[in-house]
Amino acid sequence: MRAFANLLERQAFTPARNAKLRLLRHYLEATPDPDRGFALAALTGDLKLRTVTPGLLRGLMVERVDEQLFALSYDFVGDLAETIALLWDTDRDEDVPLHQAVALLSETGKAGLPAAIAGMLDRLGPSQRLAFLKLATGNMRIGLSARMARMALAEMGVPDVAQIEEIWHGLTPPYQPLFDWIAGGTRPEHAAKAPFRPVMLSTPVDLDQLQAFDPADYIAEWKWDGIRVQAINDGGVRRLYSRTGEDISGSFPDLIEALEFDGAVDGELLVRRGDDVAVFGDLQKRLGRKQVGKTILDSHPASLRVYDLMIWQGRDLRDLPLVDRRAVLEGADFGNDRIDVSPLLDFTTWDDLAALRAEPPVPVIEGVMIKRRDSVYVGGRPRGPWFKWKRDPHVVDAVLLYAQRGHGKRSGFYSDFTFGLWDADQLVPVGKAYFGFTDEELRELDRFVRNNTIERFGPVRSIAPKLVLEVAFEGLNASGRHKSGVAMRFPRISRIRWDKPAVEADHLSTLKAMIL
Amino acid sequence: MFTIFKPMRADQILHPTDAGLYCPPGDFYIDPIRPVPRALITHGHGDHARSGHGAVMATRQTLEIMAIRYGEDFAGQRQVADGPVRIGDTTVSFHPAGHILGSAQIAVQPDHGPKIVVSGDYCRHPNPVSAPWEPVPCDIFVTEATFGLPVFRHPDPAGEMVRLLASMAEFPERHHLIGAYALGKAQRLIMLARAAGIDGPIAIHGALQRLCDYHVEQGIDLGPLVPATADQVEAQLVIAPPSAFASAWVQRFRDPVIGFASGWMAVRARARQRGVELPLVISDHVDWPQVTQTITELAPQEVWITHGAEDGLLRWCELQGIPARPLRLVGYEDEPE
Repeated sequence: MRAFANLLERQAFTPARNAKLRLLRHYLEATPDPDRGFALAALTGDLKLRTVTPGLLRGLMVERVDEQLFALSYDFVGDLAETIALLWDTDRDEDVPLHQAVALLSETGKAGLPAAIAGMLDRLGPSQRLAFLKLATGNMRIGLSARMARMALAEMGVPDVAQIEEIWHGLTPPYQPLFDWIAGGTRPEHAAKAPFRPVMLSTPVDLDQLQAFDPADYIAEWKWDGIRVQAINDGGVRRLYSRTGEDISGSFPDLIEALEFDGAVDGELLVRRGDDVAVFGDLQKRLGRKQVGKTILDSHPASLRVYDLMIWQGRDLRDLPLVDRRAVLEGADFGNDRIDVSPLLDFTTWDDLAALRAEPPVPVIEGVMIKRRDSVYVGGRPRGPWFKWKRDPHVVDAVLLYAQRGHGKRSGFYSDFTFGLWDADQLVPVGKAYFGFTDEELRELDRFVRNNTIERFGPVRSIAPKLVLEVAFEGLNASGRHKSGVAMRFPRISRIRWDKPAVEADHLSTLKAMIL
Repeated sequence: MFTIFKPMRADQILHPTDAGLYCPPGDFYIDPIRPVPRALITHGHGDHARSGHGAVMATRQTLEIMAIRYGEDFAGQRQVADGPVRIGDTTVSFHPAGHILGSAQIAVQPDHGPKIVVSGDYCRHPNPVSAPWEPVPCDIFVTEATFGLPVFRHPDPAGEMVRLLASMAEFPERHHLIGAYALGKAQRLIMLARAAGIDGPIAIHGALQRLCDYHVEQGIDLGPLVPATADQVEAQLVIAPPSAFASAWVQRFRDPVIGFASGWMAVRARARQRGVELPLVISDHVDWPQVTQTITELAPQEVWITHGAEDGLLRWCELQGIPARPLRLVGYEDEPE
């Protein structure tokens, strides 16, 4: 597992695609079966192991390290698996084969798991400990797509990428038949049906830019605040893919059951109760579930709102103009009320469309999509044929009040900011923002926090109220939970107003007036 | 008839002020961050050694480094620390800190009261560019806590060199640009590369030239170095200060592997924030096992913590029953340029 740990580390820090490919190919060439197959599956997210909970890992740690030192360490490192990998105290550093770690994580019973994990950690050096814990928590996050993994495989031997992709979904780790084929053996038998096809993406646009185009050349529809999916029924094999090709069928058995057509369609995954489309938060509750209970299936029913057809009844429609695909779509019978068609918007001028966009009929609409009538369906993000025109963010000038260290990418820096607005002569906290600033601005904010701390409450610092932050947000809800009475959606720091004195920040009444 | 001397309390001997740590009985500051009449300097990093003081006392090498960095007129007067010296009502001595060339701990012994050792930045890993850290018995030990959390256990730097060599072999067509602070870290990195078997030319950024020359004058054989300013840089390994990576200089390299040598590289998020492809965990500071071992060995009556992750070290001292307090000195960087 030493080589695997090293590969993970290099992949995590290597941004360039070609370099990632080379690192992976070298690893696959130098590593024996079955370890390389398990590694490949781990990298592409296809390795299904017993998921070890953060609670179990925390429990192991607090038996060994003072709880307060552990909390300080976690606060600094920002990642639980990494914190434990760094804290674990052992002098051993055996090169444990990856398949042993995989076996441990797939075969150990629940009761024996903590001791088995501790025993394994005792044998490993820091980088292998991290690799093992990442396997155990099922969270690699190294930015290596399944597509890139297949490209590395294609560089190793006979079959090319397209040939490997055709059979990919019919294979399981550790992919022995695939490696045999690459080494010159025969092509594996398979039933790789219902493959993922690259999705067509849009580019952002605004009213000024739209003036260059003739509205008559375009159709428009609502931009739903759900998840873009590709739903397929290929001769009875049904799959639901995210727009990046991740197979999410397992989390949506109710929708899979409803795919009673023959084809591959492009649409928005939503939670819908009758005609009411639920807010994104409801859909979020359905994501990432390995087991989906009856209760949540009933309370949060999944549905599909189709806006395009890629394959329909054996015909590939992607080379047809959008209006022709749309005509087939409008004539299609999906035979199930979980599936409907995204309606078109009626407009003549861009100003008409702006008016519609300004007052969408339901809040789960986050703007409009604008698509050229003659656009063929191409994967990727071509510039021009499809636009997204999102709702404008609102902004207020607020004062920085509290800061806390971030986790993940921002760990170690003060990057979670609580800001407030004036209410009479007092500043009232109104929200928290974690992003919107550049890395350079983050360093400046971090320095400002350190040099202007008034008080410390555990990990939180209260800051002298003198820095004005321009905060952008998507919408505003009345809230009983917040002292200010309002809750912002997607607040982010759009500008740091080093120039603006705190007394000139906005008042709470200004914000409240924005609630419609 | 006799006079009774009342011993001074520790915080009457040394306490933090806006300008830095001040010693009233000796009327001097240690590593002040603002110009003061008399300064004692532990080592030559910019945040500890600033120009514009009236008088400066430091090791000969620290004084020479300050002259290289700030010019010969960096202070009104300078005095080489050489053996115990009387300053006011104190006796002061300098002892090796193992951090960078010329780095020292400063021991302050008042005529009546506890002995205080200000360790500055220090390190106990073997370091070919610095005299090894020396234990100085004391009543109060003033320590940094740059890496004062138990997650920091610096690995053997030779292992980090193995990773560097592996990457140079995996990507033979790409320059490897490693960021390292100009004073100390850069020279240590060169010595580690030599020990790992890189005998050929190593390219250095222009900002490192004078400090590398100075190390060679001091008897540290850095081997063949070539300037990394030519249009064609012939060496695969290139060492540059962190600031160079934001400048136009870096654009002469096509698709380089960017690395950085620092103790922070042990934490992935930190390495990511730097945008490096090859993080190398090489530190000139004590890590957690070293700082806790040092306090255990010296067994001072009290520990003061200057800067860094003081919360972690405070907690450890509390668990060990050792009185400790943070000085919360501002102005020192985590790892200085």
